[in-house]
Amino acid sequence: MNPRFRRRTGLGAALAAPLAFAACARPPVDPPEHVSEAEIAAAMRTPTELNFWTWVPGIEKQVALFEEAYPDVKVDVVNAAQGAGHYAKIRTALRAGRGAPDVAQVEYQLIPSFSITNHLLDLRPYGAGELEDQFVDWVWAQVTGPGGEVWAIPQDTGPMGMLYRADLFEAHGIEVPETWDAFADAARTLHAADPEAYLTNFPPSQGPYFAGALWQAGADPFGGSEGPDLHVDVTSADAKRVTDYWAGLVAEGVVSTDPDFSDQWYQAANRGKYATWLTAAWGPVFLQSTAASTSGKWRAAPLPQWEPGAQAAGNWGGSTSAVFNQTAHPIQAAVFAQFINTDPECTKAMATEQFLFPPTKALLEDPEFTGLELEFYGGQRVNEVFAQISETVSPDFQWSPFQDQVYADYGATVGTAVAEGADTDAALAAWQDRITEYARLQGFTVVGNEEGS
Amino acid sequence: MSADTAPRAAAAPRTAKGGKGPRYARTGYLFVAPFMVAFTAMFLVPLAYAAWFSLFREQMIGGNVFVGLDNYTRAFTDPRLIQGLGRVGLFFLIQVPLMMALALFFALALDTALLRLSRTIRLAIFMPYAVPSVVAALMWGFLYGPDFGPLAQLAERIGATAPDFLGADLMLGSIANIVTWEFTGYNMILLYAALRAIPTELYEAASVDGAGPWRTAWSIKIPLLRPAIVLCMVFSVIGSFQLFNEPSIMRTLAPNVIVADYTPNLYAYNLAFVGQEYNYAAAVSFVLGFVIMAGSYVFMLATNRRSRS
Repeated sequence: MNPRFRRRTGLGAALAAPLAFAACARPPVDPPEHVSEAEIAAAMRTPTELNFWTWVPGIEKQVALFEEAYPDVKVDVVNAAQGAGHYAKIRTALRAGRGAPDVAQVEYQLIPSFSITNHLLDLRPYGAGELEDQFVDWVWAQVTGPGGEVWAIPQDTGPMGMLYRADLFEAHGIEVPETWDAFADAARTLHAADPEAYLTNFPPSQGPYFAGALWQAGADPFGGSEGPDLHVDVTSADAKRVTDYWAGLVAEGVVSTDPDFSDQWYQAANRGKYATWLTAAWGPVFLQSTAASTSGKWRAAPLPQWEPGAQAAGNWGGSTSAVFNQTAHPIQAAVFAQFINTDPECTKAMATEQFLFPPTKALLEDPEFTGLELEFYGGQRVNEVFAQISETVSPDFQWSPFQDQVYADYGATVGTAVAEGADTDAALAAWQDRITEYARLQGFTVVGNEEGS
Repeated sequence: MSADTAPRAAAAPRTAKGGKGPRYARTGYLFVAPFMVAFTAMFLVPLAYAAWFSLFREQMIGGNVFVGLDNYTRAFTDPRLIQGLGRVGLFFLIQVPLMMALALFFALALDTALLRLSRTIRLAIFMPYAVPSVVAALMWGFLYGPDFGPLAQLAERIGATAPDFLGADLMLGSIANIVTWEFTGYNMILLYAALRAIPTELYEAASVDGAGPWRTAWSIKIPLLRPAIVLCMVFSVIGSFQLFNEPSIMRTLAPNVIVADYTPNLYAYNLAFVGQEYNYAAAVSFVLGFVIMAGSYVFMLATNRRSRS
């Protein structure tokens, strides 16, 4: 089977990727204390070309607005890849010391993986320090470092809520659950009445979703980490409450466990297998285009709560514009990152045309945004629901500097245990062990939970 | 062909003049040079680089450190790698004999020339091999789908429940099915070509001795196919241990069954591109390479010894 040699492609790429030639490397920018307005104005009049890597559709609109405001700066938009491929390419270029973008799309959860290796430009000297008041508190906390550094400018967010099928709820006499206990009862009621239907689906390997669930429950597994000192505590009581809850419902057979965004999942969403989708603020528009046959039947509500009467939510997804310190044009790059994410016209277009859920206070209070009535949700003002949820997201949630690895280990341990409805204590401990082992190999000093690992 | 004849033509006049070996040899080197340059640049240099690379460990904190053979010590005691090797070993033991038996059966059947439409049948069996394995995995993934896949729907029609093809118990079998579907035709063609090369006098001699078609197949064809079968088997050792495309595609359908270390190649890939442990990934790749070399060698040794006894 000679052709099966083709399978070696992955391996070849793995070996070729780290080829780094330090000789050609550009030294990183050492940001000055302060850049004066005169210096910024002069730089913005210098003919410059910026390289911007992003996967956001329609971003050309914001780029055009920027080029209109600063005709001497040209921005070259590159869609290198989406998600993992995007970051892999950036990392390869950064190791090589050249070819990295000046500005790139970076998700909140990946900012620490670039700041720990000292590849991001602190945007404070370029005027980003004064932007704090424009953004929602918890979002700003996501882009700032322990020393007050501003690592990136927020672009969109994903505070989590619940989309539910009003028609199915009504048919089975289910009230919109306000607590997770009520949600569990509703799951039993629905599945007993219709064995083909489930109140919701738990996607067993969707790490970012689970991180959002931990966030809502008040767990902050990597909270307090700074530089080489890494706090790891995924076995806290708050985390156990979440895994026990879902594993319990799966064991009872009243919640399904299909991988999300798979063929199976799309079909199921269209055919009414799931009565709710626990998702983020970007979910409503996404669902509208993927489950078109169910138009008018959905509504949005906040997530059920762990404590009756509480108001808490986590975040899932969203991204920023970050500047890499290998850039030759730090001022122009920093101004660009700020402009596209704070200019009123730019941000309004993002929110109302590209449907990115905004992180700015101004837009979240803008009646034109919150008042938008969506046909798919029976004319409900879905943005208003999520704007209110956004206010309830806790600012205390920190990412690890290797979140991709944390997610991969989650899927293999906790995700699998929940999907099997198994005991999650052992799985959480295994997750803790895997993260700890990896962190030690990466040179971190691990500060674990009390029981140790 | 031209590369083969040219040096001889060039050498002829020189022999007449009494020219000797060295210049002749130099011309020879000149002709293999293009291959050697490409081979060195694309194969030997990356291999040496990877070997050198596997002796380091690049950390987020502390940078690049020389660790000697640490990565190899870790690999040989890494339960995730050993488990993956065990899994592809099991895959080899079950899938390969099945596929080879099928390929041999089809090759012999086609060779009897008794089948009608034999060309069409040959093409049909060979066809899946022309389908890129990524496409094949996607297609089978769709067929295996638990609620809305055609097999599940069909089962539902007749009031049965389809087995969970993508579940932990059946997954390896489901992948084996895809690989068998893809590569039976390829092996069949190799065996069929070898059968065509068997001199017809042997068949005549056999029929003179009163051997029927079954007897001819068993006593003449199969023994003479041995070298071709061994070749197919060695390819299969390599293919099985390097299993990557099929599990990688099926991973999106069953991420909790096909974990990051499901096969050694998938593990190396994930080490490099998810965990950014490039150095360790290089070491794991070398360990996998050694296992495959050792496996192929042991296999050839075993078959040679048996053929001598």
